[in-house]
Amino acid sequence: MARFGMVIDTKKCVGCMDCVVACKTENDVPEAFNRDWIVQDVRGKNPDLHMEIRTERCNHCDNPPCVYCCPTGASHVHDLGGIVLVTHDLCIGCKACLASCPYDTRFIHPEGYADKCTFCVHRVEKGLDPACVSVCPTHCMYFGDLDDPNSQVSKLLTSRKNHSLIPEAGTKPQILYLV
Amino acid sequence: MNPLSRRKFLKISGATIAAAAAIGTVSKALDKAETTKHKGIQKIPTFCDICFWKCGAIAYVRDGELWKVEGNPLDPLSKGRLCPRGTGGVGAHYDPDRLRSPLIRTQERGKEMWKEVTWDEALSYIADKMQKIKSQYGPESIAVFSHGIGGNFLKHTLKAYGAINFAAPSFAQCRGPRDVGFRLTYGEDVSSPERTDIKNAQCLVLIGSHLGENMHNTQAQEFAEAVGNDASIIVVDPRFSVAASKAKYYLPIKPGTDLALLLAWMNVIVTENLYDKEYVEKYGFGFEQFKAELLAYTPEWSYPETGIEPKLIRATAREMARYKPATLIHPGRHVNWYGDDAQRSRAIALLNALMGSWGRKGGFYYPVSMDVPGYPYPSYPTPTKDKVDNPDKKYPFAHEAITTGIREATLTGNPYPVKGWFVYATNLIQALPNEEITKQAIQNLDLVVVVDVIPNEIAGWADVVLPESVYLERHDDINVEWFRDSFVGLRQPVVESPHDQKPNWWIAKKLAEKLGLGNYYPWKDVEEYINYRMTAAGLSFDELKKNGIILGTKQPNYFDEGVPAEFQTPSGKIEFYSLQLQQAGFDPVPKYKRPAGGPAGSFRLLYGRAPVHSFSRTQTNRILSDMMPENEVWLNANIAERYSLKSGDYIKLKNQDGVVSNKIKVKATERIRQDCVYMVHGFGHTAKGLKHAFGKGASDSQLLTRFETDPLMGGTGMNMNFVTIEIEA
Repeated sequence: MARFGMVIDTKKCVGCMDCVVACKTENDVPEAFNRDWIVQDVRGKNPDLHMEIRTERCNHCDNPPCVYCCPTGASHVHDLGGIVLVTHDLCIGCKACLASCPYDTRFIHPEGYADKCTFCVHRVEKGLDPACVSVCPTHCMYFGDLDDPNSQVSKLLTSRKNHSLIPEAGTKPQILYLV
Repeated sequence: MNPLSRRKFLKISGATIAAAAAIGTVSKALDKAETTKHKGIQKIPTFCDICFWKCGAIAYVRDGELWKVEGNPLDPLSKGRLCPRGTGGVGAHYDPDRLRSPLIRTQERGKEMWKEVTWDEALSYIADKMQKIKSQYGPESIAVFSHGIGGNFLKHTLKAYGAINFAAPSFAQCRGPRDVGFRLTYGEDVSSPERTDIKNAQCLVLIGSHLGENMHNTQAQEFAEAVGNDASIIVVDPRFSVAASKAKYYLPIKPGTDLALLLAWMNVIVTENLYDKEYVEKYGFGFEQFKAELLAYTPEWSYPETGIEPKLIRATAREMARYKPATLIHPGRHVNWYGDDAQRSRAIALLNALMGSWGRKGGFYYPVSMDVPGYPYPSYPTPTKDKVDNPDKKYPFAHEAITTGIREATLTGNPYPVKGWFVYATNLIQALPNEEITKQAIQNLDLVVVVDVIPNEIAGWADVVLPESVYLERHDDINVEWFRDSFVGLRQPVVESPHDQKPNWWIAKKLAEKLGLGNYYPWKDVEEYINYRMTAAGLSFDELKKNGIILGTKQPNYFDEGVPAEFQTPSGKIEFYSLQLQQAGFDPVPKYKRPAGGPAGSFRLLYGRAPVHSFSRTQTNRILSDMMPENEVWLNANIAERYSLKSGDYIKLKNQDGVVSNKIKVKATERIRQDCVYMVHGFGHTAKGLKHAFGKGASDSQLLTRFETDPLMGGTGMNMNFVTIEIEA
């Protein structure tokens, strides 16, 4: 089984939000909600500044607390390989998963279920990249099998310095940021 | 249909979508019956209009409803990837605040009170007024403000009527000074899309140009490519922009002093013999006189002006020289800052000349185009008057019409009265500085017609408002682009207009018929027009409909690929010293003049772009407004602390003339100097019909009551305004 993940080159990302817009149209995300977003992480004092721009979303953790805490089994790991999903019909909207996620990636959809990034599983099944990856005008996003040493994502991780978000939470996030 | 019901619809039809096997390209325009019948997914190529870049796109229609828009991989501009605005273009079609039917004003101008009328009534009303203006004042007394390719047919009708005054804010309020500065130096414009070879640059210098926030697709893509290639990036900006965060050198310059930095850079490059000598000797004119003038402008001279330390000026000048000729000092786009903008742009042109970057890989390429003949229309009437915008060539180097010159003539009646305005796809209230002058000028008009897709501020001042179909619902003229690669692009309807909106070509043709000018429209519909042009060019309209793009053959872009090094200047060379400027009474080599400062305790107001909005025309697009519903005012963190403000607090800004803004959210940040504030342009809407955007954020243009006119070309420098902070009670 594959272990799907994303590698994001923060050096190239300009934070334009095309990924956010594409997710919105691809997945019919309701107004006032987003499944992904941009963070501009600024450090230092003017004029000696450093800024890392990141596109963030569900980390599809390898050790996913949202799946463990779900009382109904709605939150689960998809057979395709490491993609964390929510079965809408099983979800009762109890928000346990929202509380358990260290990355605050989930929200309750107006129709009552917990919603978040699906890695565009409907596209991945057809061999396509997630919408956000496929539209990015800066080509800063990569999607692939982290367990395959020959995949582009694996090669990027061995050749470039990278980090994940809140690694101390122990959730083993599958989205990694190149610096 | 509102977005929520659309989503419900999509949810219900989800099973059908999954089952849809046939995903094919549909190349013909769809009539309504066919659209509603069609199940599954259709992919229809077109080109975008959320800004004017004209990126090739592929629209997806799912069960007859517009679903999403992606880039067209064949398109050289987008290379298959749109910017966020293009991706969010779907929201333009579904925007509930759209204009729906023609409107005629029922109360005084600016009150936004209308009655809905038929197209026939609206066009008859306009034609009648136009005939009256023609008989009383002559057809030259109708002026036209038009932005983007969509206005081509309307302009054709008005030219047939006898109008001669056509202008767009894209010259005097945007790229005009830059094109004049480069034209004076190289004999050619930078043009649009900019001929900047960013992707091949090894050193890229951005002066106030915030690529990545300013999301002109090709430029932003190539910027990321250059960053990915480890190009050396130098950013000069009072604000730590996104581009600055990618830079090797960030120069937080004092606003208004860029020319002092440019002169010091050139001083270092010339005195240290770092320039491309062979290139300058071969192609340059007046280099010795230029050099002599530069000697005074040492980095030490520049330091108190710019605040940039001499050692940093020297280091960055040497860095540029290290990578020449693949060093690109980007000329920017919206460069109307201080009223000396054509000369500052000329200094940028000269610095590039020292690097030998014009006509070279990694500098400025020579754009190419396909040979597609125009339609053979009858000739237009011979005008009996000169254009109204620049009497006696007051601005001798203006090579396009000046919007604010037309406004001035409308206000004063000199050199002759202007009695009608046609405004196509440009919100003049927010595009021109000092909106009160615009409103006063409008009072002198007998006819104001606005053609647009949303009821923006300028529509509120119109006598007749004509609702246009959005780009996803219409044909426009074909795009025969000048770019690195030559190509033709097609805009064609993807879905039906939801109400009584009409495409520009239809409006223009019908108006011509009302005016008795039907002979200027020998074609039946726009497809016949396009087909004529394509056939005349020896190209297939069917192929264009199917693919959206037809590529031309590869042509040379650089001198070393065979482009002749010819310069359309008086000397036939790159003019380091400009005799034509000297003869017109201007500085033959740019000279620095310190810009006027503001009242004590005030901050210079700077403005710019966000990647998710175009001008003031996207704030009601529900998808894009979700990304950025309002703008923020950037305050240096220390200043914010002094006023006990934190990010998220609301304040108002008051300018030097007492104009107070709408409330705006504070962004307290280290990313801006202490002597200026910054906001994104296009917010603070006051038009009642823009329900979703009304009152959200503040309008920079409302605060731009002062402007400095460029003596070379009539551009309006708008970074001349200062604001103080008004704490909300």
